[in-house]
Amino acid sequence: MYASILEERKDQIHRIGAEPFKIACDRDSLAGAVSQRACVFCGARVVLYPIADAVHLVHGPIGCAAYTWDIRGSLSSGPELHRLSFSTDLQERDIIFGGEKKLEAALEELIDRHKPNAAFVYSTCIVGIIGDDIGAVCKRMQEKKGIPVLAVQSEGFKGNKRDGYTAACSALFALAGQADASDVPEISVNVLGDFNLAGETWIIKEYMQRLGVHVVASITGDGRVADVQRCHAASLNLVQCSGSTLELAKMLKEKYGKPYLRVSWNGIEDMAESLYAVAEHFQALDPEIMNRTAELVRTELEALMPKIAPLRRDLEGKRAAIYVGGAFKAFSLIKAFRHLGMRVVLVGSQTGTEEDYRELAAICDQGAVVIDDANPLELSGFIKELDVDVFVGGVKERPIAFKLGVGFCDHNHERKIALEGFVGMYNFAKEIHASVMSPVWKFVPRRANRSNSKES
Amino acid sequence: MEKRYVSTTNACKLCTPLGATLAFRGVQGAAPFLHGSQGCATYMRRYIISHFREPMDIASSSLGEKHAIYGGGANLKKGLLTAMQKYNPRLIGIATTCLTETIGDDVAMLLAEFKREFSELPLAELVHVSTPSYSGTHMDGFHAAVRALAMQQCRDKAAPHTSVNIMPGFVSAADLRHLKEICLGFGVEPTLLPDYSQTLDGPALDEYQPIPDGGTTLEAIRAMSGAPGSIEFGVGPERSKNLDTAGTWLEKEYGVPLHRLGLPMGLRRTDSFLDALSQVTGAGVPAEMELERGRLVDAMVDGHKYVSGARAIVYGEEELVAGLIAFLSEIGVVPVLVGTGGKGKNLGASIAAAAGDCLAEPPRVLEGVDFYEIAEQARELTPDLLVGNSKGYRYSREWNIPLVRVGFPIHDRFGGQRLLHLGHRGALALYDRIVNAILEKKQSDSPIGYGYL
Repeated sequence: MYASILEERKDQIHRIGAEPFKIACDRDSLAGAVSQRACVFCGARVVLYPIADAVHLVHGPIGCAAYTWDIRGSLSSGPELHRLSFSTDLQERDIIFGGEKKLEAALEELIDRHKPNAAFVYSTCIVGIIGDDIGAVCKRMQEKKGIPVLAVQSEGFKGNKRDGYTAACSALFALAGQADASDVPEISVNVLGDFNLAGETWIIKEYMQRLGVHVVASITGDGRVADVQRCHAASLNLVQCSGSTLELAKMLKEKYGKPYLRVSWNGIEDMAESLYAVAEHFQALDPEIMNRTAELVRTELEALMPKIAPLRRDLEGKRAAIYVGGAFKAFSLIKAFRHLGMRVVLVGSQTGTEEDYRELAAICDQGAVVIDDANPLELSGFIKELDVDVFVGGVKERPIAFKLGVGFCDHNHERKIALEGFVGMYNFAKEIHASVMSPVWKFVPRRANRSNSKES
Repeated sequence: MEKRYVSTTNACKLCTPLGATLAFRGVQGAAPFLHGSQGCATYMRRYIISHFREPMDIASSSLGEKHAIYGGGANLKKGLLTAMQKYNPRLIGIATTCLTETIGDDVAMLLAEFKREFSELPLAELVHVSTPSYSGTHMDGFHAAVRALAMQQCRDKAAPHTSVNIMPGFVSAADLRHLKEICLGFGVEPTLLPDYSQTLDGPALDEYQPIPDGGTTLEAIRAMSGAPGSIEFGVGPERSKNLDTAGTWLEKEYGVPLHRLGLPMGLRRTDSFLDALSQVTGAGVPAEMELERGRLVDAMVDGHKYVSGARAIVYGEEELVAGLIAFLSEIGVVPVLVGTGGKGKNLGASIAAAAGDCLAEPPRVLEGVDFYEIAEQARELTPDLLVGNSKGYRYSREWNIPLVRVGFPIHDRFGGQRLLHLGHRGALALYDRIVNAILEKKQSDSPIGYGYL
């Protein structure tokens, strides 16, 4: 009965060149197929987690809070409330009699104890079933405590991760406009969809400073409630990370008329293009900005390219696979690999759209595979068939790569190495090089068997 | 002492179904399956992978909104078919979640329906366990899954044989291998239930295995009813009454004599384990093991002045902390506080029994607590040492005292799955690590920089 690609999954996989482009996506995961996806709660938690001066209270049994306790590399320059894992730890009697009282008491206790600037209350699967009105509890506590207390409707089963992004964006949008922002300068942006993993937001903020652009709010990397409350006043929203915060940018545009740009801080071209796009936007107000941007890009590239060259010499011709949460990052990674002389032979994401996949197919080589909502068996099958040298993904993909004797680069939320910006491109190159060039691959069965067969 | 706060901060436990998926992973050809929303499976996979650094596929019935309203039966059945098609398992271990328990899915009935509907297909064995995450901890899920495996697979009294049943509880892959080695020393091959020593700590491969090799075979599980005895590790013998486990069930149903022991950590508890093995097998303790015991005692003497009087905070699962107290109290470390997220298991009595006459004063025991409360009480106790999993690291850093990592999860160090805790050998390994943690602290704190300690 063993089959690595199920009939139901076949149209979610496209082989470039083998057929005209066609891919199915945005479907519910197939039951029993071991999807790499998570749930609505995960989407909401991922987006809001880095807000460091808020209490993030998970309303539900303990698992949802336990599995999201301090697992990400999101750094804060100040408070670190986000690194604590708060839960109502619902017990059987709460399920029977309702969890609202416990939630209210827990909120009161935590707000009194930590004096946060806001509280986010996440609903989990069970809350949606027992019918706790978390909105009403939040409203009461907001009035009582005088800080924003936001209900995040993130019952795990009510959709997929993207619905969680939407829930998070709604909560953020509720904060926007709550504070006076009359002093926000005209040349100003919000940095959306960057989570300050290993200090990446700080890299981008430093670039903005060199461009002469004021950052009102970083949402949510190194995030603060007061910044989000003023974010409506920024002239432009820079949106990275396809799924997670685009919706917030759209809401801000609709209500406050502020435009947004989709950007990527990964790789060389996309990083530079994103900076130029910002410069272009403010050019009329600041004629010098274009020169400063060109200067920044030139300085950074002059420092970067000589450092990449020796790494590229070793990596030339090696083959990479990419499987990430959102498709937008995959574009930047494909281009980044080109600078290392490498080819991407497999690319996929958990939540890409048809348009994303069409564009990915357009920039990959013939024979490469594009895949939506993959699972371990499919990924391992393709790793072997396409003879991948290094896999870029998250912790769930790592053991698949390692078990088969393939290099790996963590490009997910747990990473502790900054991969954004020009400096991040160097870190990326170093990390890929360190993995691909390790001598250990000589000894794994995959390679050992191959060299034996070559010799015979 | 029960916790005093309403909210939980930094829980000292994990959720119930996680334990069940681990137990199912220890059965040969078995696929763990969660009946619930997709996130549960993905979160638990990620968490387990971070410790074992091995693939951990958990299938899910991926319930959506309409299933939550109309029942998850259809998705459960479809999921089982898909998992059978993709993984070709011999057995699927189905654990429920808070969602499916609350919407009231009757899994036993749904599975019976499933078997009828698809009776013409070569179906995998199905074992199910109820693991609502609002009730108990991952340890309850683990033991419930082991019990379900025994109850649902040992259908008849098997022909008598000499292999001993061992239900080890949630121990490391290295511990499982060591238990097998010990039993072989007594001339018997044990049936370990579960046995993830290979499935969660396997070799590098050329082909990805949908279900990793290794694990307790179904044949061995079915033969457990014919074993000369069962040894089941728990918090301690004082908890034997009114327990409902695989061991008690095998004893009641098939008359397999049960030896219920605390986790064999340290000298006395390992001795008890070896005595029990002697009783079941009729063989004496092998000379090699006597020698290993002697080395442990020798080391305990050599190192006693380094550790004597060191004040330790111990936290984690009830069984593990009871085992740790048994060992720490033997070597002269003074456990001052024991904390666990579990509750209702009368841990205080187990801790007192574990310490025996080695401690002048038993440690403070906190049940049903989180790290917030453990830390709050620990501060005033001026500890020198933390013993527990990785989750205590932030306190070790805050108090500038060493953390000796044991148990699960260990995701800030390498090789957690290979840590040995059990037997005289495990005690010696742990002893070396404790002494060295104290020496390292002494050395790095010293203004002189002794190079000879």
